[in-house]
Amino acid sequence: MRSKRAFLLNNLVAFACCLTFCSPTLSQAGDKGQVEIFSWWTSGGEASALEALFKVFRDQNSGVEVVNAAIAGGTGSAALPVLQTRLVGGDPPDTWQSHPGWELFARYIDPGYCQPITDLYKSENWRSVVPNSLLDQITRNGDIYAVLAGIHRGNVLWYNKKLLDKHGIKIGDKISFEEFFAAADKLKAAGVTPLAVGDSGIWASGDILENTILAKIGPQGWMDLFSGKLAWNDSRVRESIQIYGKLLDYQNRDHSALSWDQAIKAVIDARCAFSVMGDWSYGEFLKAKQIEKEDFGWVTFPGTENSFMVVADGFILAKNAPHTKETIAWLKAIGSKEGQLAFNKLKGSIPARTDMDRNEFGMYHQWSMRDFANSALVPSVFHGAAAPPAYLQSLSDAVSGFVVNRNVDSFIRTAAAAAKDNPTN
Amino acid sequence: MTVIAQPVVPTRNIATAGRGRRKATIKRWLPQMILLPSTGAIITFVYLFILFTLWVSLSKWTSLRLDLALKEPLFASYTQMFAMPRWHADLRNVTVFTALFLSIALGLGLFLAVLLDRRLIGHNLFRSVFLFPYALSFIVTGIAWRWIFNPEAGVNLLFQAFGLNQLLSAAGIPPLEPGWITDPAILIPVNNLLGTIFPAARELETQLGIPVALVPVVIAACWQLTGFAMAMYIAGLCAIPNELREAARIDGASEIQIYFLVIFPQLNPVTLSLVIILGHMSLKIFDLVFAMTGPGPGFATDMPGIFVFEQTFKSLRYNLGAAASTVMLLAVAAIIIPYFWMNFRRSK
Repeated sequence: MRSKRAFLLNNLVAFACCLTFCSPTLSQAGDKGQVEIFSWWTSGGEASALEALFKVFRDQNSGVEVVNAAIAGGTGSAALPVLQTRLVGGDPPDTWQSHPGWELFARYIDPGYCQPITDLYKSENWRSVVPNSLLDQITRNGDIYAVLAGIHRGNVLWYNKKLLDKHGIKIGDKISFEEFFAAADKLKAAGVTPLAVGDSGIWASGDILENTILAKIGPQGWMDLFSGKLAWNDSRVRESIQIYGKLLDYQNRDHSALSWDQAIKAVIDARCAFSVMGDWSYGEFLKAKQIEKEDFGWVTFPGTENSFMVVADGFILAKNAPHTKETIAWLKAIGSKEGQLAFNKLKGSIPARTDMDRNEFGMYHQWSMRDFANSALVPSVFHGAAAPPAYLQSLSDAVSGFVVNRNVDSFIRTAAAAAKDNPTN
Repeated sequence: MTVIAQPVVPTRNIATAGRGRRKATIKRWLPQMILLPSTGAIITFVYLFILFTLWVSLSKWTSLRLDLALKEPLFASYTQMFAMPRWHADLRNVTVFTALFLSIALGLGLFLAVLLDRRLIGHNLFRSVFLFPYALSFIVTGIAWRWIFNPEAGVNLLFQAFGLNQLLSAAGIPPLEPGWITDPAILIPVNNLLGTIFPAARELETQLGIPVALVPVVIAACWQLTGFAMAMYIAGLCAIPNELREAARIDGASEIQIYFLVIFPQLNPVTLSLVIILGHMSLKIFDLVFAMTGPGPGFATDMPGIFVFEQTFKSLRYNLGAAASTVMLLAVAAIIIPYFWMNFRRSK
């Protein structure tokens, strides 16, 4: 009997524990107000950039508590499932991180999880300082839904300058595919792996593909490809996929075991000469105490000099956000000049506004900001902007297959089927 | 589950006998009452959710908003999935993985158990050593073995350090630098062979065979679970009475004959339990592969579990994820239900 009673008692205790853990946040809003900010910025530079943004927010809104609900994991691999569960379960954070474009539209706006903030853009006069083609990526049915914190560029070719000098290769202001392949052949003959790729996350190889396609069809062709006006079996698209296959012939053998930052490390260590990666890799060079234009250099990806592949991060306002007033103040802080400056200097991206003082930034970012103001801005597909999630998944799967079988027809077939299944208008 | 009612002692008077009966009733129903909450929870959270998943797999749910309207035609998600080259690769991988993993883990486990059963020197120490990996989480194992089988780090450096490659190059043989988890090659492709029976197999985009990159994953899984198989076999060996061996010896059987004709047949129930336990683990495997290789080069190490995760949480195709989960459930059920059925009949 004694043991049975103990057993019952145990059950009760366990049950009580369950109740405590399941009950939604017991520590509900204090009087002073708070804002819960959900992101996946937890590593080094990202976390300190987010912290800098918090500081700007706290300076502008004293007394409001910031709840940092960041979850570790690159490109949100671990955070997104948690966010999804919270949204479906009706317990949204006040604001969360999202790439602009289709990730924003299909995941959050169309199912009705976001509130438009068009009025905020009017009252803060942001429409005149944020480029129109960027506004297009955060506008759905005439309403604006996000404030962009920073802009990364995806079409950059990085190289180890000392290694190229050693082999007598000079890189000018731009590079063509012919020049690149000539240099790559020379390096290969000398026993150096020309191209560093770390595609343990397949998007890294996808980035090379999207830049190659952009190079061949241009910014207008890129917009047409994803609005359905240009077909995947267009001869220029086919040619670009063949070039992509040729580029892959120059990549390191262990690419599928490496992550993107390990590929950059291979360039820094002079094991490889080039790497195609967005400018979040700039931070990796700095971390390794590399000096710009001395140890490492960069140039736009071949054939994409007049385009700027945008990989941006924005924050939204949740529908029925528990703390709407504070969240709007948070969005204001992100969009303000102080917020943009504080965040981007640490994150290694550039501000989404074109009216910032360029002298506050380093050599690379001045170059990037100049291009940002003058180039055609195109949305990246492998970072969720140009196509809905299911379309992107099909493309990623097709890239995974292509990296191994190099079957151009099969790739185009899969991509065309994905375009047909997921209309983007 | 049955509770034996206490016999009423004849010397008691009627009143106490009535109390006793009431007591007996409580005693009879107490277990059921205690079990009721957990039974209710299991029915809700296991069986109802299985039905829910089944429904989702037939639905149109492909966004963050729940959409349980049924698809037209009903099994469209399944048709879509079975047309995907990635799903073909997943089915190939899980079959190859399960077959290799079960045969190696069971074979090696039995071998080690027999060695330890022979009371070799230090058998107590080795029993623990072989069992230790079982205590680790799959994620830890996966990350450690990812580095071991990275072609630029791990074992290839050992080959170099031990001078194996110098030896090979001296003999005029190219150096040994396997790509391990980065090698997209498929061993023993059987598409054409299968094509003689099912012409459709020739048309498959996915090469059927043994993906090289899967072999390191099998090694990691065996490293972790062979100890478990060994422990089960040791328990089985201990349960075999010594008289059987003695009797066999008296009948003039050799040691090898004793093992193959007397001992091993006695271990069949253990083997069956192991096939069930390890088999269902390997069909559902996710964490080890996800931490070690992910989908791998050209989906060489992709598994249905990873497919479910990516379809559901990355591309929001809840219906496709649910369809894959349902197929996984059927696969596991196919090995577990016959086992339950057999146990049920035996206990009857």
